[in-house]
Amino acid sequence: MAPDRTTEPPAPPGMPAAVCITGISGNLGKALARLLHGEARIVGIDRRPFPEAPKDVEHHALDIRKNKVEEVFRHARPEALIHLGIMHDPRMPRSEAHSFNVLGTTKVLELCARHGVRKVVVLSSANAYGPRPDNSNFLPEETPLLATARHGDVADLVELDIYAQSFVWRRPEIETVILRPVHIVGPTVRNAPSNYLRLDRPPTVMGFDPMVQLIHEEDVCRALAFALRPGARGVYNVVGPGEVPLSAALRELGRRPVPVPGPLLRALLRRAFGSRLTSFPPEELDHIQYLCAVDGTRFRELGWSPSHSLRQTIRSVLAPA
Amino acid sequence: MGRSTAVLQRMREWSLSLAGPEARERLLRLQARAPRNEYGVDPYGFDLEYAIAAVAPFLWLYRNWFRVQVHGIENVPRSGRALLVGNHSGQLPFDAAMIGAAMLVELDPPRPARALVEKWVPSLPFVSSFFARLGQVVGTPENCRRLLAAGELLLVFPEGVRGLNKPFRERYRLQEFGLGFLRLALECDAPVVPVGVVGAEEQSPNLMNLAFLAKLLSMPAIPLTPTVLPIPLPTRYHLWFGEPMRLKGAPDDDDVVLEEKVGRVKAAVQALLDRGLAERRSIFG
Repeated sequence: MAPDRTTEPPAPPGMPAAVCITGISGNLGKALARLLHGEARIVGIDRRPFPEAPKDVEHHALDIRKNKVEEVFRHARPEALIHLGIMHDPRMPRSEAHSFNVLGTTKVLELCARHGVRKVVVLSSANAYGPRPDNSNFLPEETPLLATARHGDVADLVELDIYAQSFVWRRPEIETVILRPVHIVGPTVRNAPSNYLRLDRPPTVMGFDPMVQLIHEEDVCRALAFALRPGARGVYNVVGPGEVPLSAALRELGRRPVPVPGPLLRALLRRAFGSRLTSFPPEELDHIQYLCAVDGTRFRELGWSPSHSLRQTIRSVLAPA
Repeated sequence: MGRSTAVLQRMREWSLSLAGPEARERLLRLQARAPRNEYGVDPYGFDLEYAIAAVAPFLWLYRNWFRVQVHGIENVPRSGRALLVGNHSGQLPFDAAMIGAAMLVELDPPRPARALVEKWVPSLPFVSSFFARLGQVVGTPENCRRLLAAGELLLVFPEGVRGLNKPFRERYRLQEFGLGFLRLALECDAPVVPVGVVGAEEQSPNLMNLAFLAKLLSMPAIPLTPTVLPIPLPTRYHLWFGEPMRLKGAPDDDDVVLEEKVGRVKAAVQALLDRGLAERRSIFG
């Protein structure tokens, strides 16, 4: 089943000639634009500016919920969409974040259907499954997205993922791919797991040491680009170079963990988050207490594999941005 | 950090000396080819090197406290997927630990038995990470399927806590078996090796279950035993391994059909128990 890597052309036949990327001004979006701009015409949509964009990237500083976005689709005629428009800002007002994440996604997917886009790649996350004590060690794609009962950010993610799944079935003429990568880390990434790994004295939940899965941001970009190729369709977990006990990852980084009893740590974090002393949502604690590891076999069988080793991936949070 | 590795090293030496010269060589050979990444664990978090160290107190119990005797060990497949299905008893799961220890010191090559644990175990501090390093996993069908597909040896107690925490007057009477293990055995075409544990029933007679306290602490049971503290009496363990059973059929058959097959496994375990009890001369001797 595995394709022959040596004969793999740089841009396989059938790769879309024009790709629209929503959320292009984020760190992942920028890296993706740099990876893809030689292979396809890139059209970026993001309300934030993208000043250091490569010359051949066409950027539109637009909110994806605005009607003007349709103009972009009409003129730029993208053949594929990579939707990174999910915002993970725990500080944003809930209603605004929800509207942006969910309404924005539905709008942009509908535009794809109206304007003949034939490939849609949606970036979801393995977080949608949610860490739970009774999780299997490797969750397959069919696992129910039980993280929904939790805080707003993740609830939006689950909603978006489920909406995208319905889009797969409602629009059979479009090849829709939903990628659920594990914790994304890397020099430019500023999400909760990366920031946690950057703490010199990270608190840990006393008596818990779950296996964690990390993936390098560049590998995520390559996975997104890989998903553009014809044939890929449906939901895929994207797993990096493997699993590692949290304690071993912290040791690799030379951290000095501070074990705190779970209930106490939870209460402290809730206080600190409430008074804005930290940006770690208290619910994130479950990730350093329980398992939320996934099975990435299906995506690997398509022929993709990460290029960064486990050690490189862990150490990538140390590199200057 | 440095001290804890020194402690682990000492524990490992203790384990290997308790295992005896032959088992020692076998364990070292096993360790040399154990699947592990650069952080010493397999994808489930099983760390054989750590496990060999951590198993030392259990091996001491195996040799000196329960003075375990094995019967029919040749019935355990030396390789390939298999399910060890045993009776569960004794309030604290020393029976699981002793079967696990037997698989490490009596088999050639040694086979780490991966026990499927209750779903609440991973929510317990220390226990959760300790069990994971020892290769134990939560007993979800998904985990079971995956491990069997990888050719692992699984240890299951279909009675669950029903067997573990039953009152003393019901000793050696098997409680209701769940169907899940059988469905997986059929699905994965894995042989079932019946295991009868004789001796664990008398280690901590359950005189009374403090059900209200157990409920309060959301534990399955809190038995009141003669030693009160979780110290078992030094009963002698006999582990009886029966001939592998190759069960055939559809895993999604009606429960009635599956129950008949489960009944056969249960009867095989009960037969081992009956034989073990008949051949046992004394509880402690």
